[in-house]
Amino acid sequence: MSTHNIHLQINDRPHDASVEGRLTLCDFLRGNAGYTGVHVGCEHGVCGACTVMVDGLAVRSCLMLAVQADGCSVTTVEGLSTGDGPLHPVQQTLREEHGLQCGFCTPGVCMTLAALTQGEQKPSSETLINAMSGHICRCTGYQGIRRAALRLAGEAVAPVEDHG
Amino acid sequence: MNKPEPLTDRYIGKRQSRSEDLRLLTGRGVYTDDVNPPGVLQVAFHRSPMARGRIRSIDTSAAQALPGVFAVLVAKDLERYQPNMLSFFLAPPVVPVPLLAVDRVCYVGDPVAMVIAQDRYIAEDASGLIVVEYDEEDPVVTLDDARSGVLVHPDTESNVAAATGADELDPDLEEMLASAPHLEVIEMKHQRISQSPMEPRGVVAAPQGSGEMTVYLSCQGPQLAARWFSQAFDLPQTTFRVISKDVGGSFGLKGQPWREETAVVAAALILGRPLKWIEDRLENLTSANQAREQDMKLRVGFDLEGNLIASHADYGINNGAYPHGADSNIAVMMFLWAAHKLPAFNFSAKGWFSNTVGLGAYRGPWALESLAREVLLDRAARKLKIDPIELRRKTLVTKADQPTMTPMGLALEDISPAECLEELLKKVDVAAFRAEQAEARKQGRYLGLGFATYIEPTAGTAGVIVLISESCHIRIEPTGKVSAIVSTHSQGHGTQTTMAQVVAERLGVPFEDITVYEDDSSRGGYGSGAYGSRQAVAGGGACIRAADLMADKIRAIAAHVFNAKAEDVFIRGGTVHIMGAKQQTCSLRDIADVAYAEPERLPEGMEAGLETQYRYCPPPLTLTSAAHACIVEVDVDTGFVKILRWVSSEDVGNMINPAVVEGQVAGGLAQAIGQVLFEEVSFDARGNPTAVTYKDYMLPTIFDVPVFEYLHGASAPSQTVGGFRGVGEGGCIVGPPTLVNAIADALAPFGELKLEFPLTPPRLLELIEGRPIAQKNIPAPKAEPATAPDPVPAAINLPSPSSPQANITSPAAPSVDGLWSFVLSTPMGPQAFTGKLAVDGSVVSGTFYTKGEEASFTGSISGNHLQWDLKVTKPMSLTLKYDVQLEGNQLVGKVRMGVFGTAKLVGERA
Repeated sequence: MSTHNIHLQINDRPHDASVEGRLTLCDFLRGNAGYTGVHVGCEHGVCGACTVMVDGLAVRSCLMLAVQADGCSVTTVEGLSTGDGPLHPVQQTLREEHGLQCGFCTPGVCMTLAALTQGEQKPSSETLINAMSGHICRCTGYQGIRRAALRLAGEAVAPVEDHG
Repeated sequence: MNKPEPLTDRYIGKRQSRSEDLRLLTGRGVYTDDVNPPGVLQVAFHRSPMARGRIRSIDTSAAQALPGVFAVLVAKDLERYQPNMLSFFLAPPVVPVPLLAVDRVCYVGDPVAMVIAQDRYIAEDASGLIVVEYDEEDPVVTLDDARSGVLVHPDTESNVAAATGADELDPDLEEMLASAPHLEVIEMKHQRISQSPMEPRGVVAAPQGSGEMTVYLSCQGPQLAARWFSQAFDLPQTTFRVISKDVGGSFGLKGQPWREETAVVAAALILGRPLKWIEDRLENLTSANQAREQDMKLRVGFDLEGNLIASHADYGINNGAYPHGADSNIAVMMFLWAAHKLPAFNFSAKGWFSNTVGLGAYRGPWALESLAREVLLDRAARKLKIDPIELRRKTLVTKADQPTMTPMGLALEDISPAECLEELLKKVDVAAFRAEQAEARKQGRYLGLGFATYIEPTAGTAGVIVLISESCHIRIEPTGKVSAIVSTHSQGHGTQTTMAQVVAERLGVPFEDITVYEDDSSRGGYGSGAYGSRQAVAGGGACIRAADLMADKIRAIAAHVFNAKAEDVFIRGGTVHIMGAKQQTCSLRDIADVAYAEPERLPEGMEAGLETQYRYCPPPLTLTSAAHACIVEVDVDTGFVKILRWVSSEDVGNMINPAVVEGQVAGGLAQAIGQVLFEEVSFDARGNPTAVTYKDYMLPTIFDVPVFEYLHGASAPSQTVGGFRGVGEGGCIVGPPTLVNAIADALAPFGELKLEFPLTPPRLLELIEGRPIAQKNIPAPKAEPATAPDPVPAAINLPSPSSPQANITSPAAPSVDGLWSFVLSTPMGPQAFTGKLAVDGSVVSGTFYTKGEEASFTGSISGNHLQWDLKVTKPMSLTLKYDVQLEGNQLVGKVRMGVFGTAKLVGERA
């Protein structure tokens, strides 16, 4: 089995490793680098749970090999906010809108929303909801995820009525 | 003095942000695959590529020789630890369930060998090097195959895994149906569903030495799982501790460990090494137990005003090869007409073995009752030209009708589906919709409005030993912080938050000061965790009682220390206030200092420390009610369904956290939408699964699920401590009929829907275009029952219950006197007991002995036919009606068990 030396940035810290050519990026990030916030849901690119940012773009880490990330800058959900600081705006909005239940799909949802809202980007709600169609959530029926996406696009979201 | 402040901080009923979210949003949750004990090895299973066959040989030599492989195990290597594969109810299986296939394989994906290697990549490489020779056999795949085909398990009498109800038709009921002014009949086929939690199953089995086996498990409750392993393996020298911190969804799948998880534990016992198996999605979609594959024929007689006269249901469910528990799904029959005024009902229900992966639970396992009933009611309403809402107003049990009993003997005291429906109609303007619908049809657009009502059994305990109680143990730590160890468990339910809300409010401490632990079977006490929509009701009740005990203890200590009366002490915001001439306060830590370190300052005789515990037994059943409405548009060119609006009106009792309640409803509804429109575990004729990725097994996306509206105007507190009602499964029960009725309403101009699910665009186009498009599983069209009444066979072969069948009876009947060993096949699994019978003339008397208790009875004997009634008080007050026949050396017959249906009884001479 071929092995390759790779050097990359993970969550702004340098990481060197020797990896087999066939090792997927998600398995590398979880098993070798210890970023277990990367969740493996389907391993065939449909569910979106394993989404990370590679050089600023949202990428399904089950469809990319670790060796392909050589020289790249990778951000996982652990890199969005430190353990002891405030949440990233995407995380904070999802929390306020009850956008998660079991939390397994959540890191991928966070990374796609973070990638599309970073810097000076002002995505429309349509852009964000279209992007959310690439994430499967089995728990929430997407109610809070949709509200979070609308809010991140700058739209006013009416609070859920109590006892309608 | 100022007016006393409110005595508690309000947390129950608040949209509290979840404590769990902080770790789950930041990638710091701990799921099973995130646990790596030192030296852990990885497991991959080698699985059967065929649905049915004999194993001729297994060659593992090439796999063993692969560098990095630690061991390759086959069935005989695990023989020392073959556990008794219990059901969720801890009943033994009706056929032996091997961990690995012994000499035959029974479904595609049946595990044949396990490879243990240093990493999963190598384990899978090695699995590919295992060579198994099979003699392939023709499989039994569908329900129809099971009814007519060869035996799935050679040592059984038939492919019936479980049965309740009566095979023979009841002549009185048949007469009521035959003479009803309107007979409505539906036949439906529900597809097989994969629960599809986003985190598949997984286990890490880590032997600790000293007989301790620590199992990290993706499960629905570590307490039940630990009990299951302990009782299944039955190893006196070994204790099982199960740890389950975060679980990525379950929906019924992970209610109990099954073959793979248990094989990993057995292998870890044998090898003495920590082992990990994480199911991949291919395995999850092919080898994890599945749910729902059912068919039903439902007949209902109506008068011309729409009142119900009688009903009969004939039901089948595919149990696969190794179900989690052989099941005929009695709950379908218990709840089919539970909320309706129906004078007469009877049924036959059977679970069938097949060469497919076994049956497991899925959110609302009995949900077909609501789908069948609500769809049938709408269909009858169209035929009788009665508004479907008026039909429900006539047939539903209202608050004014209660207390009453259901057709199967279930007591109703506080259900409110009719009241929920009226609440719903305040928000859904039916007249305006009908006008819009008529206008749209002129433009060739087909809108539909569907309604459904239901009641949901939640926190049920009756007769189920594993579900009787939940526990909460509260400690005020010496630091003044509060720990609550609760037997609830979250796979997304948010019980770390909701249970903390309950404790915070009842104790009077800030939410932030409370930590709820529910992840470790070695702490707290037994409870089933998440099962049957029970956690708010049962866990919430335990938390209330334990917190009240703690508040009492704190008040007693404070009163003693400050020389005040206990009733003048209250706790608010985590501070203890002592009312009186001079108001004083102290912190919980001050009280804890006394309780832990200065026992001499405690009231006489009080135990030191600040720990309380309460084990709450909720009532046998707490019922939740709801009515839902949805509006759809069906594109008649493409067959696509767009959901335009969905409104739910629920009676969920008191809510702990409305956001969590809505989350449960919404999640269930999304799964309902998946069931009706998209999801299907399909097989080809050879039993090969044909939906093995998420490209083929289609889950709903954000585009498929609308914004849900929630109404709680009809909510009333339940009879439980806390007044809560369960809400975990309801969306998945009431959702399907709501959506199907909307689609049926939209397409009514084209005729009636064929009730085969999912309702894919080709199936809808078949109705719209009036010609068959879908190729498979489409039976020939049946005559409309309204024009040709349901064909009740002219000559039904009705055995007379009072005359024994001559061909089995010998002229000189042997005596039944003496000792007998009986096995009763109940919905909770087979139950064995012994009994003594004695005959005196036409009177039979006897005594049954079970678990140290005995019960006596007298009855009648006529020839070889014996009948007696036995009154029991456990699990609830019931009269068991025995009707048995002496056949040679066996007593064979059935027992009518009221609400639990009819069970088969076999007795052998002891």
